Amino acid sequence: MSGAREPAISVSGLSKSFGQTAVLDDVDLTVAEGTVFALLGPNGAGKTTIVRILSTLIPADTGEAQVAGHDVASDPDRVRSAIGVTGQFSAVDELMTGEENLRLMADLHHLGRVVGAARIAELLDRFDLVDAAWRPVSTYSGGMRRRLDLAMTLVGSPQVIFLDEPTTGLDPRSRRTMWDSIRDLVTDGVTILLTTQYLDEADHLADRIAVLDHGRIVAEGSAEELKRRVPGGHVRLRFATPEALRAAADLFEGGSRDDEKLVIQVPGDGGVASLRRLLDQLDDADVEVEHLSIHTPDLDDVFFAVTGHPAAEKASA
Amino acid sequence: MSALAYTVIDSRTLLRRNLRRLRRYPSMTLILIGMPIVFLLLFVFVFGGQLGHGLSSQLAGGHAGRDGYLNYVTPGILLMTIAATVQGTAIVVAMDMTGGIIDRFRTMAIARAAVLTGHVLASLIQTLASIAVVLGVAIALGFRPTANPLDWLAAIGLLALFAFALIWLATALGLAAKSVETASNTPMILTLLPFLSSSFVPTTTMPEGLRQFAAYQPFTPVTETLRGLLTGTHIGTHAIVAIAWSVGIAAGSYLWARRLYNQRQPR
Repeated sequence: MSGAREPAISVSGLSKSFGQTAVLDDVDLTVAEGTVFALLGPNGAGKTTIVRILSTLIPADTGEAQVAGHDVASDPDRVRSAIGVTGQFSAVDELMTGEENLRLMADLHHLGRVVGAARIAELLDRFDLVDAAWRPVSTYSGGMRRRLDLAMTLVGSPQVIFLDEPTTGLDPRSRRTMWDSIRDLVTDGVTILLTTQYLDEADHLADRIAVLDHGRIVAEGSAEELKRRVPGGHVRLRFATPEALRAAADLFEGGSRDDEKLVIQVPGDGGVASLRRLLDQLDDADVEVEHLSIHTPDLDDVFFAVTGHPAAEKASA
Repeated sequence: MSALAYTVIDSRTLLRRNLRRLRRYPSMTLILIGMPIVFLLLFVFVFGGQLGHGLSSQLAGGHAGRDGYLNYVTPGILLMTIAATVQGTAIVVAMDMTGGIIDRFRTMAIARAAVLTGHVLASLIQTLASIAVVLGVAIALGFRPTANPLDWLAAIGLLALFAFALIWLATALGLAAKSVETASNTPMILTLLPFLSSSFVPTTTMPEGLRQFAAYQPFTPVTETLRGLLTGTHIGTHAIVAIAWSVGIAAGSYLWARRLYNQRQPR
């Protein structure tokens, strides 16, 4: 166990290249114990590479990284005893049942028969896999597979957990279930580093978020802090007539106006209170709105705000 | 507990996992074991009647014609069983390495050697079981070994040692393969080598260049030693050469496989 004041993960000056391509460029990170930290970025930003270095799968070219108080380069076995990793690619054994997969983990963690059986029963119950426990994993749905994957990661009671895109490819309902499971982990006091392409996921789960672009951290802060830097949140109002547009433009002076499309964009977070205020203002001035839509900031907006270029451009990188 | 004790425990855990996987995926084992049986039937019943006449009585184990050839060819077929079964080793190793589960193992504090040891031991059990089945078929067809219990013990030891060597080689090939498809193809060359040895016909009947190759490749001394132990033909220096080849292949392949496993770069 590391000292209470020591961060669970600390990274400084981390760089990594594959051949001529620089994947990570001088990355610094600190994750406090018992918190959730999200690495947000598009495909190819270097998120997975950070996870692979911190989980001892590949060495960094330069820089230092400590996980749970142990150096990943000089003391990988100590790091491995302290971490759990759920990768992007399913790390379950298809030919075995869910129970057998968990049993394999319990045996590899040397839990012993009694303790192992209790832990397996607890995890099957917690991840809603009791009914499927004796079916081969090849018959599982995508959501069940991810839950089993996470359950396998938890068998050894890790202090630090890495989740590499834990919900990519899941349907919305399975995604919610996964989020609930991840939130439950935090109450157990573990530290979580997760990677994601979705701002709403980072928003829901993380205490702090780092935005990664081209292997560099371009912004870091809480979800609130990041969203404040994003001008993308607005309410879009469309009107039937130029007169209505003019009347509305007088009401919302901060809004951007498009006379041709008869549209005004009013900055705002789309919250109920501010929306009600906005509608009251329109009602009071007797302005008829033809169409209203709420635009909340997403990864593209955050990206555009902190990098000056859209995220989609990088999708192929 | 000591590091060695953990290596043993983890290897046993992973051995159990691999044996369970083999049981869940029986079609692969059946296909691999089918090949030597088909060749045994083909060579004994199609070519055996003719080939048997060309054998000296000593080589034919005192039998004549087809029965003589069955006695001559069975040791080679048993080695072919090893060569065929280790294709499965390369496939299951490559399946593990290209799937996500290997990354899970590598991020856990598992004894370093346990993952590969688990594969090798499971393959060894699978190979020895396959040999027993093929030997059973040969005996059912009329193969009559003259070996005493000590000869049997030596024969089983030699088969296990040679299997151990080829399994490590196949493990290395499975690790080196970029895909499961490649892994299933590269070890196929091993199943050709028995044909270019004294397994099917005496090398003295081969043209000069081929005879040289056959004389110096590992399947010939191993075949000759096994045949000697089972049917009483002359062994001579073949035994020591067979053991040297087996140990050499095992050691070289082990080092190669260990290097590939430790160095393996991610996808």
